[in-house]
Amino acid sequence: MSVFVLRRLVTLLATLVGASLIIFLVLDALPGNAAQMLMGADASPDAVRALTIKLGLDQPLTVRYLQWIKGMAVGDLGNSYVYGTPVAGLIAERLVLTIPLAIMSMLITVTLALAAGIYTAANHNKLGDVGVMSLTQVGIALPNFWFAILLILLFSVKLQWLSAGGFAGWDDGIWPGVKSLLLPAISLAVVQAAILARVTRSAVLEVLREDFVRTARAKGLGKREVLWSHVLRNAMIPVMTVMGLQFANLLAGTIVIENVFYLPGLGRLIFQSIANRDLIVVRNCVMLLAAMVVIVNFVVDVLYAFIDPRIKVHDL
Amino acid sequence: MGNPANAPLIDVDNLGVRLNTSRGPAQAVRGISFSLKRGETLGLVGESGCGKSVTALALMGLLPDNAVLGGSVRLDGRQLIKLSDADYCKLRGNRISMIFQEPMTALNPMHTIGQQVAEPLRRHKNYSAGQARTEAIALLDRVGLPDAAKRVDAYPHQFSGGQRQRVTIAMALACEPDLLIADEPTTALDVTIQGQILDLIADLVEERGMSMILISHDLGVIAENVERMMVMYGGTVVESGPTDEVFRRMGHPYTQGLFRARPRFGARKGTRLKTITGTVPELADLPSGCTFADRCPLVVDGCRAALPPVVEVGHGHGVRCIRTDVSMADRVGAVSA
Repeated sequence: MSVFVLRRLVTLLATLVGASLIIFLVLDALPGNAAQMLMGADASPDAVRALTIKLGLDQPLTVRYLQWIKGMAVGDLGNSYVYGTPVAGLIAERLVLTIPLAIMSMLITVTLALAAGIYTAANHNKLGDVGVMSLTQVGIALPNFWFAILLILLFSVKLQWLSAGGFAGWDDGIWPGVKSLLLPAISLAVVQAAILARVTRSAVLEVLREDFVRTARAKGLGKREVLWSHVLRNAMIPVMTVMGLQFANLLAGTIVIENVFYLPGLGRLIFQSIANRDLIVVRNCVMLLAAMVVIVNFVVDVLYAFIDPRIKVHDL
Repeated sequence: MGNPANAPLIDVDNLGVRLNTSRGPAQAVRGISFSLKRGETLGLVGESGCGKSVTALALMGLLPDNAVLGGSVRLDGRQLIKLSDADYCKLRGNRISMIFQEPMTALNPMHTIGQQVAEPLRRHKNYSAGQARTEAIALLDRVGLPDAAKRVDAYPHQFSGGQRQRVTIAMALACEPDLLIADEPTTALDVTIQGQILDLIADLVEERGMSMILISHDLGVIAENVERMMVMYGGTVVESGPTDEVFRRMGHPYTQGLFRARPRFGARKGTRLKTITGTVPELADLPSGCTFADRCPLVVDGCRAALPPVVEVGHGHGVRCIRTDVSMADRVGAVSA
């Protein structure tokens, strides 16, 4: 493994530790006692105190933090205050939905964005460019939950092609599951794709102005060949950076979208747990989201080095 | 090809280029005519913005889409103006090649130099990847890149400016073009490297019997490297002729000014560098008469009336000036600025 990757790994771990501290402290500082909340407003103070001790909420801050970290290391995240079942199991159940949803949504985003971005850059200032760019402007302005409702009205109510909500699971094969995630994935992707398309367009246009593009043309390459073989790879660095950042937006978006489509995913789990003051579930879910974002951006960093030979060498 | 040996390789007649700039249409080049036989070399000299590079890009067919070209450019008799891009692509890098000014940015940072040198071979000669690589190593070796066989897989950032310019030269020469256009090939390089690169280009031009158009703002470079030269100002050729002849009897006040403005070795300390007063006119609003009129020490009313005709002052030596009787009255540099 190169020094470059090692260094990025160290940064990744440091970021995770920082994130865990912030998550832990913020949730601890929240008003309201989890034990009180669980037992209801009428519960006797003695009973609440007993539950507080049972849940370990009377322990000092540092002890509880370290217990949490230790638990994460061995995969024991504790039990949900509300359901009484292990948090790890609850999350795992939900990830079966949310991870495919995120991947589908990202794929749709990238496909739409690269197609639109490259098309508009290649047709700079022509009618197609202006048209597609106006569409992206609209796309950026769309609230995704509202767009989701429009999709439901069209594809579920009117055309009756796809169901308006719920998740078919993966037991009957891939297609029913993918089908039930299609509308949510599109709703999540549209805004992201609009942003990424604009980033792609400007990145490609910038590279098109580079001297080496003229050199490639002087060698006898056609405009299209130059675009594919010389321009795109150079334009990918800013595009990938934004993609990494968008992954965080996308995960945040699942909280709303899973509620719109009644999907039992991680976003809905977080939403419900917050409502129930099931803080142990909230804490672990938020930590997981943070970890996913950090890891995706780590992968993006490593990919930079694969795409751009200059990065690898400078860091070795 | 197929033409008699003394037929021109490239024949440019009354070439004009109009560019649409943000400040309106600009006649970047007008009335350029020259022809070049196989193996001949021509220099284009002038200040930045005089139309040298636009002329070169016009020959390459690489001007922006909004450029309007007029006149005629024939390669072996074939008209290149209005040639489709697909047809032009078959000529570029194959029969006409170009070396650019800035070696630091002229190479794609993401591709190895071997790939970039092999690209024209793969494209124009249908070489296999292996053949092209072998040939690329041979070319890199020929242009004096040390350890070519080992460094063929290295990336541009791993080379110095001079080495990168050697790589772009190898790239331009890959398909043994008939015409090489070198646009300020040494301007961005260290002085110590400039001579080496120019010598290399001169050797290769001779070795392969290519024709060359060398563009430079440096009279010294022109004097040493080309048989014929054209001095450009404001998009027109103000003086042209055999290099020796032009240097011996400079006819145009601009050429004379350019010559006086060069830094001189051994000049007394504290001597001020001579300059040409004023600035290059904006191409968007060129005067109707002689483009140099506003800066010319010999200007008379007649200069501003119309673009002066070319006056033949010697064998093949033309000067676009109506005052050659004064400017060439005495010896070179007789005119005081």
